[in-house]
Amino acid sequence: MRYSETGYKLEVNLSQGNIERVETDPRLTELHLGGQGSAAKTLWERVPPEVEPFSPDNLLIFSTGLLNSTPVPGANRTVVNTFSPQTNLYAHSVMGGYWGPELKHAGYDMIVISGKAPELVYLWINNDKVEIRDASHLRGKGANETAGLIKEELKEPNANVVTIGPAGENRVFMASIEHGSSSAGRGGTGAVMGDKRLKAIAVRGTKEINVSHPAELFDQYLKLMKEIYENPYAGDTMADEDEDSFHHDNFSWGNARLRRKGFWTEEYEEKYKEITDRVLLRWTGCYNCPKHCHLLISRPGLGKHVLKCFGRATFHMAAFKEHDFSYEIVPVALEYGIDLYSTPQVLAFAIELYEVGILTDEDLPGFPSDGGERFYYLLEKIVRREGIGDILANGVYWAARQIGRGAEAYDHNTTKKFEQVPLKLGKLNPPYFLMTATGEKMNVPQIEGSFPQDPLPSPEEREEFVRGWVAPPNEKIKEIFLRWEKKHDISNEASCIIVDWNEIMHYVDDAVGLCAYLSSFRGGQFGGRPPYHIHNIPDFIKLASGIELDKDELLKIASRNRNLVRALNVRRGLRREDERPPEDHWAVRDHEFEQKLLDDYYAFKGWTKDGIPTKETLDELGLDYVSDDFIKRGILTGDESPAPSDIWAGKGEEEKARG
Amino acid sequence: MKGELEKKKVGRIRVDLDKCNGCRACEMACSAFHAVPKYSNINPSRSRIRVVTDLMDDVFVPIRSCDYTKAECDGRRVYTIQGKEYKECSFCGTICPSRDLFKDPDSGLPLKCDLCEDDPAIEEPLCVQVCHLDALTYEVTEEEVEKDDKPDEVELGLKSLLDKHGKDRIADTFARLSKKE
Repeated sequence: MRYSETGYKLEVNLSQGNIERVETDPRLTELHLGGQGSAAKTLWERVPPEVEPFSPDNLLIFSTGLLNSTPVPGANRTVVNTFSPQTNLYAHSVMGGYWGPELKHAGYDMIVISGKAPELVYLWINNDKVEIRDASHLRGKGANETAGLIKEELKEPNANVVTIGPAGENRVFMASIEHGSSSAGRGGTGAVMGDKRLKAIAVRGTKEINVSHPAELFDQYLKLMKEIYENPYAGDTMADEDEDSFHHDNFSWGNARLRRKGFWTEEYEEKYKEITDRVLLRWTGCYNCPKHCHLLISRPGLGKHVLKCFGRATFHMAAFKEHDFSYEIVPVALEYGIDLYSTPQVLAFAIELYEVGILTDEDLPGFPSDGGERFYYLLEKIVRREGIGDILANGVYWAARQIGRGAEAYDHNTTKKFEQVPLKLGKLNPPYFLMTATGEKMNVPQIEGSFPQDPLPSPEEREEFVRGWVAPPNEKIKEIFLRWEKKHDISNEASCIIVDWNEIMHYVDDAVGLCAYLSSFRGGQFGGRPPYHIHNIPDFIKLASGIELDKDELLKIASRNRNLVRALNVRRGLRREDERPPEDHWAVRDHEFEQKLLDDYYAFKGWTKDGIPTKETLDELGLDYVSDDFIKRGILTGDESPAPSDIWAGKGEEEKARG
Repeated sequence: MKGELEKKKVGRIRVDLDKCNGCRACEMACSAFHAVPKYSNINPSRSRIRVVTDLMDDVFVPIRSCDYTKAECDGRRVYTIQGKEYKECSFCGTICPSRDLFKDPDSGLPLKCDLCEDDPAIEEPLCVQVCHLDALTYEVTEEEVEKDDKPDEVELGLKSLLDKHGKDRIADTFARLSKKE
């Protein structure tokens, strides 16, 4: 019997209309744990680098994590992976909610979608019965609207549905996949789903998931539910607070341009609270988690929608408006099925181009004068790929180059052709430089979190913080924190250790299906008392799945997955020169320092000076098939050594941990 | 004897719809508790408590299964409570033919809530234990109820014989058998 996983995946070829239920190899679970890891392995084996994102040969993979739908609280994530039309690289987006558990109870850990349907279709998975159904009547319908219509026509109110809106159907690069309370928003996964002419996947599952150590796991579950509920640092700590100076005073407004320090006042907060109270119906959350990080809001004429996290602020900050604007436009954007992070930046970028005369009334006939109305105008054009919208729908990077006439200069907040968090700061922050430059998840919130963002001012406070800090994998990290006084003053050695830990925890979560808000995004920042960390996750893996791992073995699996994802991108051409944060992310830059830091980090990771994992690194992780492929393709000769570094030269893993 | 009063502990699950976040931990925990062996598998569709959910209508109603009935009611009532519409079935825990709620997905057999009866008894049903938002709370009250003397075995057996064969036939048979001794 397979524990905590179903042991089956669903293979759906939309070109042929072929559906297969395929048993998976339990050894692969031991090597990759599921989720992002198993998806990366599938992409490596089946999508050669020459396959275009909008090709029937590209795969769209929905995977649940190993612990998803077991009693482990907050293990409810679904990971969506494919190759992005915007970056031509690996795309990774995670969503919570209920769909992943439903899929597992239907008897599948993963769905692999290949091909391209001749007409718009949707997939209906009802346990063993799986159908490809006509979706022509759903063309152009909103994302949540579609989910409702499908549940109605299937007469299955308990089905869980993921959908794309018109943005996905029209292959807008920022298109998201929506699931009512959650979204896989980043990376253009919705565009690939639209390219495959797959409007939705509805799932109903009534099968059981077995666990290997029932009584012990349940005992732990009861304790952890209480702990998570009571832990003020777990979950989206900002979700139910009315105070949000963090984003409004520190993040940039407009096209990632203007920091408005002091915007947030008590008066504004009162006003914002009043607006929120008016629209808020309820706090909701995800499957088997006592937190309630989502706001269910209702707007007359716009129906009900769920707001989360920074998505509450991105639109009005980009449009220089206030919260009421977001509460009006976000429901529209969610129905269109479009990313709430990249999209506002694209809209603000177009407005900037208009204001400086690069885009004219000819490009934007009847362009309104009000910033808010302009947003609606542009959003409509982008979602339908009409006129200038057809170009803007490709994201800031591509649009700037297609428009030309100097528009390239206004593309100032992308890395690897992808819109980044709108931050414009002063002094370079070394760990954030590395995360922004090298993170394969392309999005800092999916890379950072385990190490605190800021130092504590006094040695006493730092000692107090470290005293109850169980999350770090080794003592070295605690020492770094104890000695850390000035935010930007941090050794290269420390930066490497911090960034490695930060990103590896996300690779753990995204393989087992844990919510980052209970784990990797909470290891150190906002309190440093995460319910999950590298020391207790192995226990939950053992109790649920029977796979016995210690901390180091779990880190090794995460590192295997991390390097495999790196390999996917390297095989598609990613190199050192692409690993640059937006040029003006920090005002003060030091090229020489940054390049030395990059060398040190590559060396720490066992990568060459070009950012390619060495043969030794790959083989050590059991990725011999990757190193063989790299040598065959001439990407590696096999004799490369890690990047030059006086800190890490010749040091093994254990020595690195000790520093 | 009927009519006499006795004190009895009565457990009740109280539901506060406004506090439910829709997480369905109650369903998960219920299905685990009733699995054989206990906690060995999870299947919310086998749970004796279900959160009737319509996210897009802000409907979150945890309902607990109660008695089985062969006949369905007409179920035509629709209630509007503070502007939200609820179907009658949204509040009903009866295991009835009109829906697949509270039936084992494989066998179709009814799944009735037993408030997690266990030996030794547990303090609170599990759905309540895992609901930290207090959408579900448990209260035990001592109530005076009419003493309900249970008929003994002989009485039960005789009653069914009477039902089946009628008073006269039983009386004749009893008389005949009594004479033989």
